[in-house]
Amino acid sequence: MADLTTNLLGFQMNSPIIGASGTVGYGVEYEDLADFSKIGGISGKGLTLHGQFGNKGERLWETPSGLINSIGLQNPGVQHFIDVELHEMLTLKQQYGTVVIANLGGHSEEEYVEGAALLNDSAVDIIELNISCPNVKQGGMAYGVKADAAGEVVRMVRAVCKKPLMVKLSPQAENIPEMCKAVEAAGADAISLTNTFQACAIDLEKRRPVFDNIFAGLSGPAVRPIALRMVWQAVGAVQIPVVGLGGIATGRDALEFIMAGAAAVQVGAANFANPRAMETIADEMAAWMDAHGVASLEEIRGCAR
Amino acid sequence: MRAACCEATVLGHSVVASDIRLLRVLWPNPGHAPHAGQFFTLRSWGAGEAPFLSRPISVHKWEPETLTVSFLYQIVGKGTEKLAALAEGDIIQLTGPMGNGFDVPAIAQKYQKIALVGGGIGTAPMYQLARELAACGRTPDVFFGFRDEPYCMEQYRSLAGIVKISTDSGRFGFHGFVTQLYDPADYDVVLICGPTPMMKNAARLCAEKGTPCLVSLEKKMACGIGACLGCTIETASGARSVCKDGPVFAGTEVFGWQT
Repeated sequence: MADLTTNLLGFQMNSPIIGASGTVGYGVEYEDLADFSKIGGISGKGLTLHGQFGNKGERLWETPSGLINSIGLQNPGVQHFIDVELHEMLTLKQQYGTVVIANLGGHSEEEYVEGAALLNDSAVDIIELNISCPNVKQGGMAYGVKADAAGEVVRMVRAVCKKPLMVKLSPQAENIPEMCKAVEAAGADAISLTNTFQACAIDLEKRRPVFDNIFAGLSGPAVRPIALRMVWQAVGAVQIPVVGLGGIATGRDALEFIMAGAAAVQVGAANFANPRAMETIADEMAAWMDAHGVASLEEIRGCAR
Repeated sequence: MRAACCEATVLGHSVVASDIRLLRVLWPNPGHAPHAGQFFTLRSWGAGEAPFLSRPISVHKWEPETLTVSFLYQIVGKGTEKLAALAEGDIIQLTGPMGNGFDVPAIAQKYQKIALVGGGIGTAPMYQLARELAACGRTPDVFFGFRDEPYCMEQYRSLAGIVKISTDSGRFGFHGFVTQLYDPADYDVVLICGPTPMMKNAARLCAEKGTPCLVSLEKKMACGIGACLGCTIETASGARSVCKDGPVFAGTEVFGWQT
């Protein structure tokens, strides 16, 4: 049986499969549905320092081969996460070895810094800095478009952050290689990409945009080839590990990202189509590797380059 | 109890009305038995096929002896159109049970006189609710509103006290709103499921008479288990997920602040 174990920033994971932020809650929601022994890590729902209700109005809209969401970072706040939800994530870690990733968003540089500082003394393994949420005004994605703005916020967070820092990038970045280099130079330990693609839908009956914010974030298999292109570019631009995500729904999809050079992958929207998607993808990866005489991911990581 | 996910076999599928179907499925998971007001997500198409999301549908009837769960549903779009093509022996992906459902033992203990108020396909979960109430020694009165032709009414005869129907068309029963069929003041609690405007109105009328009511809400859902926060509503006590914290809420909790 092929060995899927993956080392990410010093953490040994059961597999390269990480539940993508915003799609798996804090992991425990899926405990009876998914086989966590085959899941490497969970990136929890995006946090902001003070917590927030999120967006009003429509939050979900199906598209061909995907889903547009406008959740707007609904979350209980960093301190509440540390007091409550983190303990739930840690039970998964104790039982299955699931790596605990806290996804941190923000509305200002100060909020990012304060949130990261609070997480320093928690049991979180990795912080995924979310500078790419398309659904929050003032912040979030604002830092994800311009490389110098991204570099600045990462530098400020790096100065206080004692945890391994993975920066989640937006596909809306003006220039992916430049963005990746700026984030690496600012001290990021890893990069994850892509977050959702800014999208729009119109409700014909209402003759209005579906979403109150007009634009929202598209994910699912529809975006996968574009996300793969960006992951390819990222891997070519930096030395730090790149975690690939964007529409991964099968083992073959995940292997494409690994062959492009991704250190690990995240699975998001696919969990909605199949609550056992993460373990299914891991099984399919192993089956392909077995059929092709590949013993470990090291043998094929980046092999397509 | 958390949801389970498995392949389930279709035991039967019948046409109830032009756009209404009754689907019976073997749920081979007695450890995850559903109760009234809970729902499952159904998928009869591949994970890579459209529509992207599985479809949440309430439990119409649960028969623990035969592990049979029945879904009464309306064909309204691509997902339910695909479900409608199912035939006996087909396999579907079934995930659930999800949601809080009605806490029938608590309701039966607390209240004597109980009214079930349903509108259209919102009547679907009311049958399992009536069965569980009957099992707890309660005989609810049933008030259902339909657009035109009522369906699945016969089965309430042995479970319910008064059974009254209203229709928008006037072809059957009372010509008007379901809320004109009863006076909330005559009941200790009113349990409601139907279109949002109807539930809002019914909850307001209950509040005016000081009768508590529970409403079962409907929202688009992606995960069904409180993970994606796509079905969040604003309530008197903050943000709540319809899929996990609901779909059953106190009327005052979700509509109270609007009356």
